[in-house]
Amino acid sequence: MSKITLSVYRGDANGGEMKTYTVDTFPGMVVLDAIHQIQAEQDGTLACRWNCKAAKCGSCSAEVNGMPKLMCKTRVDDYPADQPIVVHPLRTFPIVKDLVADVSWNFEVSKSIPILKLADDGSAEPLRMQQVDVDRIQEFRKCIECFLCQTVCHVLRDGDRKDIFFGPRQMVRLASLEMHPLDVLDRRPMLRETAGVGICNITKCCTEVCPEHIHITDNAIIPLKERVADTYFDPVQKVLRWVGGRK
Amino acid sequence: MATTIRDSRGSGKTARRDAWWLQPLLTATVLTAFIIYATFRTFENDNFLPELSRNASALWESGRVGHLLSPFYSPLFLVDWQVMGYHVSPAILILPFPLSFRLTCYYYRKAYYRSFFMAPPACAVQGTTKKTYRGEQVFPFVIQNLHRFAFYAAFIFIFILAYDVVLSMKYVDGWGISLGTFVLLLNVLLLAGYTLGCHSLRHLVGGKLNCYSCSLAAKTRHGLWKKVTFLNERHALYAWVSLFGVALADLYVRFVCAGVITDWVLVKF
Repeated sequence: MSKITLSVYRGDANGGEMKTYTVDTFPGMVVLDAIHQIQAEQDGTLACRWNCKAAKCGSCSAEVNGMPKLMCKTRVDDYPADQPIVVHPLRTFPIVKDLVADVSWNFEVSKSIPILKLADDGSAEPLRMQQVDVDRIQEFRKCIECFLCQTVCHVLRDGDRKDIFFGPRQMVRLASLEMHPLDVLDRRPMLRETAGVGICNITKCCTEVCPEHIHITDNAIIPLKERVADTYFDPVQKVLRWVGGRK
Repeated sequence: MATTIRDSRGSGKTARRDAWWLQPLLTATVLTAFIIYATFRTFENDNFLPELSRNASALWESGRVGHLLSPFYSPLFLVDWQVMGYHVSPAILILPFPLSFRLTCYYYRKAYYRSFFMAPPACAVQGTTKKTYRGEQVFPFVIQNLHRFAFYAAFIFIFILAYDVVLSMKYVDGWGISLGTFVLLLNVLLLAGYTLGCHSLRHLVGGKLNCYSCSLAAKTRHGLWKKVTFLNERHALYAWVSLFGVALADLYVRFVCAGVITDWVLVKF
């Protein structure tokens, strides 16, 4: 049976260090299997968040050899066997312990986004929803909230601009609401101001790391930027709206 | 409040072990090479129209009455303006339109923010982003929001360059197709593929709608949106091949002008 070495971050908010472990491998083994093996056989105090082990709950996010990944979806044989696999908690968020990061900021931001608002005047005919109307939104609903996109976004990661930018995950959520055929709320002022869609510079790292393969930049962020441009940067659209009697 | 783990500080610092630097390096190299070539050709003010070049007599003998025009100098302005003794190149008047389209393009933004501004150089690699970062909210990058206006100009240029293809087929005794015609046609097709896959166009034709089934107009626009989306999914590919296409078309015309190669007439009808 062959073995691999892992270099795993051990520590908390007060500091920590990388610790090396050697584990037995088996066919199809993923990084989360290796972490579980360390917990079971070598060090039961190693903290790691996980749940489904099927890349659907978004719990086991970590940085493997420097790239944000789901540990349950990252095979150990994707890496050279002669070098240790480095496993680190998400760098963008505060550490709780070992591989567990505190991602609660994302849920706080999510709460500040107004939910779907239907027309309440009773005058509108009920809309029979067609597949073409929800195709775009269904892509966004695949999000498992692993926050890999949030952790790789350089605005949040390097600039730590959580004060002015909601991040890619929340842009996906805003896009799913903004593009909803029944929603009547105008989120463009929020997008421009508190959500900070203009801060994104389209470098597409969020799309690259998304385990659900959501085209975050092309299908969510850029369309939102264009909607903001319609309202705030395009005088032609402004005239057309004025002529058409729309807001 | 706990703190984040940031044990790798400074530009280029990362725990990644792969060759993350290769892509931004290649992008910077190719874009720089194109910028140098395009700047040289813009200011050269020569070798853009074989019919005006020192090789012109040979071309007249082929009987072409249209022209084989470099895309850098299209549409053709035969003006002779001088500023302090310098003969102003007509390409200077043309360049701002295609240049602004590429500069504000959502794909090229990714390419040059990564390779030139290092914001970030690659995913999960520390770049130049600081605590004061405001991205495209502040000048000069806020101008990127005007991309749609650059698109309008680029859209018109497709027709101008297509007209050049037609002119390249016009001969004194009828019509003909030369190798140069194919080169110019390839350039137009690649540029059309790139321009018609624009994110702003995708938004304007149908992306801005929330309900595609609500009216006949919305259904039609959804059809258009799907077609633009097809090209948009290949926008990066077309961005690169159309860049090479422009350089190739210009280089071909330049070589014909300089007499290095002959523009072979393949068919006449």
